[in-house]
Amino acid sequence: MKAFTTHRGLVGPMDRANVDTDMIIPKQFLKSIKRSGFGPNLFDELRYRDEGQPGADCSNRPLKEDFPLNFPRYKGASILLARKNFGCGSSREHAPWALEDYGFNAVIAPSYADIFYNNCFKNGLLPVILTEEQVDVLFKEMEAEEGYQLAIDLPSQTVTTDSGHVFSFELDEFRKDCLLNGLDEIGLTLQNADDIKAYEAERAAQHPWVFGAIK
Amino acid sequence: MAGRTLYDKLWDSHLVKQNSDGSSLIYIDRHVIHEVTSPQAFEGLRLANRKPWRLDTNIATPDHNISTDKSERDAGVAGMTDEVSRIQVQTLDDNCDLYGIKEFKINEMGQGIVHVMGPELGATMPGMTVVCGDSHTATHGALACLAHGIGTSEVEHVLATQCLVAKKMKNMRVTVNGTVGAGVTPKDVVLAIIGKIGTAGGNEHAIEFAGSVFRDMSIEGRMTVCNMAIEAGARVGMVAVDQKTIDYCEGRQFVPKGEMFEQAVVYWNTLTSDADAVFDTEVVLHADDIAPQVTWGTSPEMVSAVTASVPTLDEQPTEEKRKGLERALEYMGLEGGQAIESIKVDRVFIGSCTNSRIEDMRAAAAVAKGRQVASSVKQVLIVPGSQMVKAQAEAEGLDKIFIDAGMDWREPGCSMCLAMNADKLGAGEHCASTSNRNFEGRQGNGGRTHLMSPAMAAAAAVAGHIVDVREFAGGDQ
Ligand code: SF4
Repeated sequence: MKAFTTHRGLVGPMDRANVDTDMIIPKQFLKSIKRSGFGPNLFDELRYRDEGQPGADCSNRPLKEDFPLNFPRYKGASILLARKNFGCGSSREHAPWALEDYGFNAVIAPSYADIFYNNCFKNGLLPVILTEEQVDVLFKEMEAEEGYQLAIDLPSQTVTTDSGHVFSFELDEFRKDCLLNGLDEIGLTLQNADDIKAYEAERAAQHPWVFGAIK
Repeated sequence: MAGRTLYDKLWDSHLVKQNSDGSSLIYIDRHVIHEVTSPQAFEGLRLANRKPWRLDTNIATPDHNISTDKSERDAGVAGMTDEVSRIQVQTLDDNCDLYGIKEFKINEMGQGIVHVMGPELGATMPGMTVVCGDSHTATHGALACLAHGIGTSEVEHVLATQCLVAKKMKNMRVTVNGTVGAGVTPKDVVLAIIGKIGTAGGNEHAIEFAGSVFRDMSIEGRMTVCNMAIEAGARVGMVAVDQKTIDYCEGRQFVPKGEMFEQAVVYWNTLTSDADAVFDTEVVLHADDIAPQVTWGTSPEMVSAVTASVPTLDEQPTEEKRKGLERALEYMGLEGGQAIESIKVDRVFIGSCTNSRIEDMRAAAAVAKGRQVASSVKQVLIVPGSQMVKAQAEAEGLDKIFIDAGMDWREPGCSMCLAMNADKLGAGEHCASTSNRNFEGRQGNGGRTHLMSPAMAAAAAVAGHIVDVREFAGGDQ
């Protein structure tokens, strides 16, 4: 998995609460059997005036000019600034895949839906949680300043603005470790193979109906 | 020591290892697989040269992508007209064949929407951990199991290790006591709960639904409720075991028989929260306060009683709420203050893992019987949740009732719940839908979804607009 340590980059806005995974990547793109290539269809319905089709070239599609991420000043944004309950809805990992493929390395929001939050870590995308007030400060600064950048430091768990704010954020230690080191989680779990087998043996003795029925 | 909640018990009994960094390794008993969120996981397995840990844990079926149209379905996978979808379903078949995973193929008896199929085959049993690459996996919690959705990386993780790295959630109890009135269904109860706590209300929690309303509810009704736990932000929804749970399981295909069944029942009967268990969060509603519900906005929390009106901008307490409402009303093409019953519907969808079981089909048929779809309604899709539901409904003659009323009786699948196949709304069309999400574009680009119960959706089909199903009571039932 891709590692994340520190990142400094241009900030782009998604200024609404409860952005759901259907908005992040509409279902027609879920027909793909690949993990990559979802970036051009990120926020497809908000971003383009026509209806997106899987596999179609997006470079000449008509853009919705009032969609902020289409503004020239946010071109190349690598940090998405968002509102609460970001990523609610389905479990589709295509949502972080699309954000990552578009070029985002991190999202900053006051809260996330649980499954989306979890999925981000599997893809080297850092979902930063700040308070609503802090997110407000960042929105105001971003709107006021073209080319607005932020620095995110995972080891010290901070977001730093050029104006001098340093906001700390929390995250679980095991998630931080995996992200910092880009660890292969499956490989890590398989180091516990003996524990898993011991658990299975004990369980099969207690609850035999859990095993063997499906053939 | 304080007593344990149902969730605590399920968690403890699946704990393989507690790590020093606060994470845990949790054993997964049942893994349900479908075509959309699995191909990249199988691909990952292959790239890393790994094999599934266990085969008798997995059960697969195609549901999201497939056509519900009889003539296309009869042609099987090879006959799927959407080439991109065909490849995805074929990839599921190929992966299951390659690894020897049990799959109920496109037209096989047993196929159905993952969350309808698992319980009805007895693949889901009380006390299990159940996961699936789909957020509505909480449905299975109606049988007192710990069930939740996972992303594709975790699908791969479960395939390879039979475990998940997880962190324990907090306990929430939602209690609804009393007796619901006529015309108020499990869907209305869960929509009312979401209306109260909001779409993020259950974030980081596992919800147990408790109280007389859920005890009185059928197992299928409990599935409808647990299904929408995720719409309240919770990955997990559960109801404790009672005699109904055990009766539901008995005799199903993958449920043990004879002595082993008796042994299982002894264990299953322990799957309730202890009387002195402490919940981190408690929510209480009363049945008397719940009327048939309808969503008018673009999030499941934007919901009201059918007798109410669309909220107005100047009632909103904060600027953020005002902005949210303004955007929702614009998308939905509604005016603040407009009566919910004045909303006309263009299409009706009765189906999805929320409401496509036999009791849902019966409830819709009871309203449709002897009536006709309003001429202004373009299409009414009735999509049974599985081959077994379809067969049962046909044995009861429900298909005839729907067809006589001018409705379309379809083949099982997800259909217009997420509109990945040809079943979708046109831009601007309003839909009375028994599914679970009313997000922008969910049922088709520009489509406008109103979530409600099967009986309410059938009534809307007949009336041509949203209507209080209680006005239909005593009609032709
Ligand atoms: S019916 Fe809808 S919510 Fe349920 S599994 Fe299918 S797409 Fe998901």
